[in-house]
Amino acid sequence: MMAKRRALWLVLPAFLGALLVLPAAAQTSEPTDDQVNAIAKNLYCPVCENVPLDVCPTQACAQWRATIRQMLAEGRSQEEIQQYFVEQYGARVLAAPPAVGLNWLVYVIPPLAFAAGGFVLLRAFRNWRRAATTQAATTPVQPEDPYVARLEEELRRRD
Amino acid sequence: MIANVGYFSLVLTFLVALYGAGAAAYGAIRSRPEVVESARHALLLTWPLMTVGALSMILLLVTGQYQVEYVASVTSNAMPVYLRVTALWGGQSGSLLFWSWLMSAFASAVGLRKWARDRELLPWVVVVTMITLAFFLGMVVFFENPFVRLWQMADGQVLTALFQPAGTTALVPLDGQGLNPLLRHPGMVIHPPMLYLGFVSFVIPYAFAMAALVTGRTDDRWIRITRRWTLVAWLFLSLGLILGGRWAYDVLGWGGYWGWDPVEIAAFMPWLSGTAFLHSVMIQEKRGMLKHWNMVLIVLTYALVIFGTFLTRSGILSSVHAFSQSAIGPLFFGFIGLTFVVSLALLIRRWDDLRGENQLGSMLSREALFLLNNLLFVGILVVCFWGVIFPLISELFTGTKVTVGPPFYERATGPLWAGLLLLMGIAPLSAWGRTSWKNLGRALWLPFALSLLVPVVLHFRGVTLWAALLGYWLAAFVGLVTLYEFWRGALARHRRNSESLPLALWRLAGRNRRRYGGYVIHLGVVMMALGIIGIEMFQTETQGTLAQGQQLTLGRYVMTYDSLAQWDTPDGRNVTRAVVSVYRAGRLVGEVYPRRDYYYASQQPMTIPGVRSTLEDDFYVLLVGWEPIAAQGATFKLYHNPLVNFVWLGGLVFIVGTLVAAWPDREPEPVRRKTVLRREASATAGGKAT
Repeated sequence: MMAKRRALWLVLPAFLGALLVLPAAAQTSEPTDDQVNAIAKNLYCPVCENVPLDVCPTQACAQWRATIRQMLAEGRSQEEIQQYFVEQYGARVLAAPPAVGLNWLVYVIPPLAFAAGGFVLLRAFRNWRRAATTQAATTPVQPEDPYVARLEEELRRRD
Repeated sequence: MIANVGYFSLVLTFLVALYGAGAAAYGAIRSRPEVVESARHALLLTWPLMTVGALSMILLLVTGQYQVEYVASVTSNAMPVYLRVTALWGGQSGSLLFWSWLMSAFASAVGLRKWARDRELLPWVVVVTMITLAFFLGMVVFFENPFVRLWQMADGQVLTALFQPAGTTALVPLDGQGLNPLLRHPGMVIHPPMLYLGFVSFVIPYAFAMAALVTGRTDDRWIRITRRWTLVAWLFLSLGLILGGRWAYDVLGWGGYWGWDPVEIAAFMPWLSGTAFLHSVMIQEKRGMLKHWNMVLIVLTYALVIFGTFLTRSGILSSVHAFSQSAIGPLFFGFIGLTFVVSLALLIRRWDDLRGENQLGSMLSREALFLLNNLLFVGILVVCFWGVIFPLISELFTGTKVTVGPPFYERATGPLWAGLLLLMGIAPLSAWGRTSWKNLGRALWLPFALSLLVPVVLHFRGVTLWAALLGYWLAAFVGLVTLYEFWRGALARHRRNSESLPLALWRLAGRNRRRYGGYVIHLGVVMMALGIIGIEMFQTETQGTLAQGQQLTLGRYVMTYDSLAQWDTPDGRNVTRAVVSVYRAGRLVGEVYPRRDYYYASQQPMTIPGVRSTLEDDFYVLLVGWEPIAAQGATFKLYHNPLVNFVWLGGLVFIVGTLVAAWPDREPEPVRRKTVLRREASATAGGKAT
């Protein structure tokens, strides 16, 4: 917690700086909170790990929301605003990494692993079935002694 | 003084655990029963010794001995006694101590079972549990000692050490920093111990599995012994996860209960592999198949338990740097890696002994469907693991951090969850061994046809989201199949034994608790699915800044902002609380009190929602901000969470089902069983059908 707070103080000036850098355009219409939150929902600030921006109670995140509001008032689109934050703070502000470079692996590995698992399972199914049919063909079914079967079953259950 | 006693008892337990592991291995290899017996005594001794250590810590916490660094960091004068006790698991070193305490308790419980019955397995169980305990205690004793005290040097610098370093004086702070405010919640009092109990009890089935591999007793004996341990572990883990969700919903103030946070996922992963294991051991018990796979699953679960324990407390996932700076990070990974490699090496050595006894009869047999279930659970596990680990990989190789958040997990696991629900509907009606399309179809068509009514009706009532329609159809299908199973079984008993239907149902469930407990769990899952689909797909929200007396509308709900008050509390908080009236369809239905607590000591705000809760939905109000002069305005965020209470109700049913399945059977008396066997045998010999 201590470290987190310290980091917050380090990052705070950066936020404020970002606010100053923004072109102060004339505000046309005041965006609603819901419009701001709709964009903030998909953004994460680098300090509050895993808390989406729309619900994060820290001061720093309130500043980010103010930035979004201002940019919306200037008529910027959602993509432009997201792009602005990515340029300022890196791709980590996005809820999921963009599928470029190494990040590509994020989206490829799980389906590949699943497909591989499915393939292994399918092959195992086939082998088992083949074994079952050959066994059925070669060995005539021995009528098992019901007494022995019951005894075996009882022994298995004893624990 | 107390700190010294505590630390000394931990050192002693560490040594005893090492001795126990060594003696058990030596005794087993050299066939020296007296040495094994001595190891068993060592095992039994760990719990009382650990209890001395843990009680010392609790005493220090309760009496506020702030010269002990841990006490100063997690308690404060303002905290009530019950919170001081729970501060035992409020920080990293305390949690490790608590974990070790639970581990010793479970290990001792194994030591108390009838030793003669599994003479060859038990020494190796001692080895595995004691090595695990010694590892955690080693962390506590050498790296994360909760008993270290604060010392001040002449130049004012503060040191931490157990014994007084030269040239220092004891530093006794007047007050501590207090527990992290997020953890000051009744949910937090029980949530971590439940998770830890779940984690620790999964060590026992793993220990028996390893014992089976070492001794070559590769039949299903180890599975039969640990069946109940596994269920108990799973019960605690499920309970911990559900309570954690409830805590998040009540305290974290973001309108949800599960945020796909790495720490949540760390606790979720052993649950996933454990659930796969619970299902797949049934195949081994019934059909003698999948012996390798069960071993792999339990080894995986153990590794994930250690991984999860480590992650939930260390915050290591935030960065590669945090990991490399921590003394215990590399050790943890070393331990996980070592146990994993050794386990797999043992498994490979016994590979040929573990060949299956049976073949797969049909793709529709229950074992085939259980295998698909395993594929799906492991698929979800892979998604979770990859999502948690990828930010670290990215940072390591490219130097940039990325966030892998809820959209990734939701999209990747959504179809897998749907697949699991579908299997949950089909598998109970398929049989072990051979099942044909015809048989299965005959059993399935009625519940299937009835369940289709649900999406049709929902569609006519205005639900157009196809994913929601599919989800509700699946939930209806599983629910109907499960109820149909109860009905079929009870009806059969009713007809055959002319019992009344409720009595037939009761006896049916009593006779096969594991099966019907499992079905109750499935019903719980269906209820939870209703709630999850409700909140995930139909949650609506709005936010607005209101002056007193003004209104904000969300769907059929309207809230008015009545008043706001602010005050300091004796426990170091500043509370800002709003009074909000809630109207539904124009009628006043109640008042809620969303508030923001600000903790002075930790400078941390907490947003506590005001919730109007019914079975149908929750109206969830957050106080997001306010003007300096409160009458001018306050900002509220509103959530409408349809059906969310089914998540908690379903959770309750889920837990009840697990209790039914795990409830101990009466111990069979060997003598009586023998006579029964003889009687039945003679009946068979006499040609009577039994």
